[in-house]
Amino acid sequence: MQMIAEIVNQEIQVNKAIISAKEVSVFYREKQALNSVSLDIPENQITALIGPSGCGKSTFLRCLNRMNDTVEGCRVEGLITVEGQDIYAPSVDEVLLRARVGMVFQKPNPFPKSIYENVAYGPRIHGLARNKDELDDIVLTSLEKAGLLNEVRDRLNSTGTSLSGGQQQRLCIARALAVQPDIILMDEPCSALDPIATAKVEELIEELRENYTIIIVTHSMQQAARISQKTAFFHLGEIVEVGDTDQLFTSPKDSRTQGYITGRFG
Amino acid sequence: MSKTGHIVRSFDDDLQELRNSIVEMGGLAEAQLSNAIRALIERDSSLAEETITADAIVDKMEQDIDALAIRMLALRNPVADDLRLVISALKIASLLERVADYAANLAKRVIALNMAPVIRPVSALPRMGELVRHMIDDILTAFVHADVELAFDVWRRDQEVDFLYDSMFRELLTYMMEDPRSITSCTHLIFMSKNIERIGDHMTNIAEIIIYQITGQAPMEKRPKGDNTSITMINNPFSGQSKE
Repeated sequence: MQMIAEIVNQEIQVNKAIISAKEVSVFYREKQALNSVSLDIPENQITALIGPSGCGKSTFLRCLNRMNDTVEGCRVEGLITVEGQDIYAPSVDEVLLRARVGMVFQKPNPFPKSIYENVAYGPRIHGLARNKDELDDIVLTSLEKAGLLNEVRDRLNSTGTSLSGGQQQRLCIARALAVQPDIILMDEPCSALDPIATAKVEELIEELRENYTIIIVTHSMQQAARISQKTAFFHLGEIVEVGDTDQLFTSPKDSRTQGYITGRFG
Repeated sequence: MSKTGHIVRSFDDDLQELRNSIVEMGGLAEAQLSNAIRALIERDSSLAEETITADAIVDKMEQDIDALAIRMLALRNPVADDLRLVISALKIASLLERVADYAANLAKRVIALNMAPVIRPVSALPRMGELVRHMIDDILTAFVHADVELAFDVWRRDQEVDFLYDSMFRELLTYMMEDPRSITSCTHLIFMSKNIERIGDHMTNIAEIIIYQITGQAPMEKRPKGDNTSITMINNPFSGQSKE
């Protein structure tokens, strides 16, 4: 009985929401991109956002670290909290927010600087290291966590852009990790990678789950099914269905989810 | 079953081929059972022989369905209702193959029975056979029309088969005690009724698979059962010792 209680407690622990979105609507000037979306993101899990192009999944992702602030004419309504704190409150410093809620983009976008500098840049501007040794330590640890250190140890001073596509993407992940985030947002991180590089990044994402909460937008349903624990299906700016990934891909409740994931017309 | 087709139309063709194959195989298994029962009633050993030979066709169909399902899993990566259909087809094909095996076994025993004089309890067997044949028929209809209610109906109906089997088992035991010369034939009949009873069980398994395939959930309620032969003891009228 005690064991059962422990297991139940563990589940509650795992499922605690670190991000909570309530009735979030987003407008790009007059055009509404998201319509009253509510979603809880569980801590230390991988949540996949799927849906056809233009369904609002990337827009939603970008709300979670206020990336949409940079888009002119964009208006966000509703409440988004990260660990209970309203991230759109006036007191919130969005630069600090983006350090806590890191982001990896579709196309690897390393700075035109050395591999070392790519990773060191964030910790330096956030003042995370007191001296060169500490900075070295952060850079090496981040590269290691991103599964890249062994491949670049001897050439930390080469430019980031000299790496292969898959390595560049892992460099961008290392760069995100260097500022010690709790949450990492990934916007189609593998869409520009070949299958081997994709597998490596997926393996990395799986490992990162232990210490980070990950939200991934992907067009590959196989990828969502492979790596995520929770999946949300977006359609026309709304969440149609959200549930455990294994349930959603074996027995979706909504016919639109079924239509989309099985490759039928909506 | 979704009303709209897949964007990749050849996927729909594959799914349809899979459905058709299951129905065809089920129809054949049903015919095998019918033929075995008819061979019993008419004491027709050559029909029994034909039934035994035809079992190979059903075996081949199972292999074909397996191959098609495996190919679809590898090439189409089916999910949701498509995945449930492919997995269901694999499982149903394997159960139908067993059904045909039981029918072939019935046919073999018909040939053995035909070498001995007719005995009375034979008459109850066709009734059981007809009941189970009807279950096969209905389960295939439930599969074709994605009819959950009909699948549940078949699922519950197995209890009647169990009751018939139970009473037949008792009748045959009594018969053997009364006339030891009937033991050979009666033993064959016990196995035959057991075979038919097992086909009924397989229909409930298929019903559960179909219910899962359509709804995404296995039936929650407990299935009614009526087979008590495993715990049946009949007092030997000659020994005078009661064990009950």
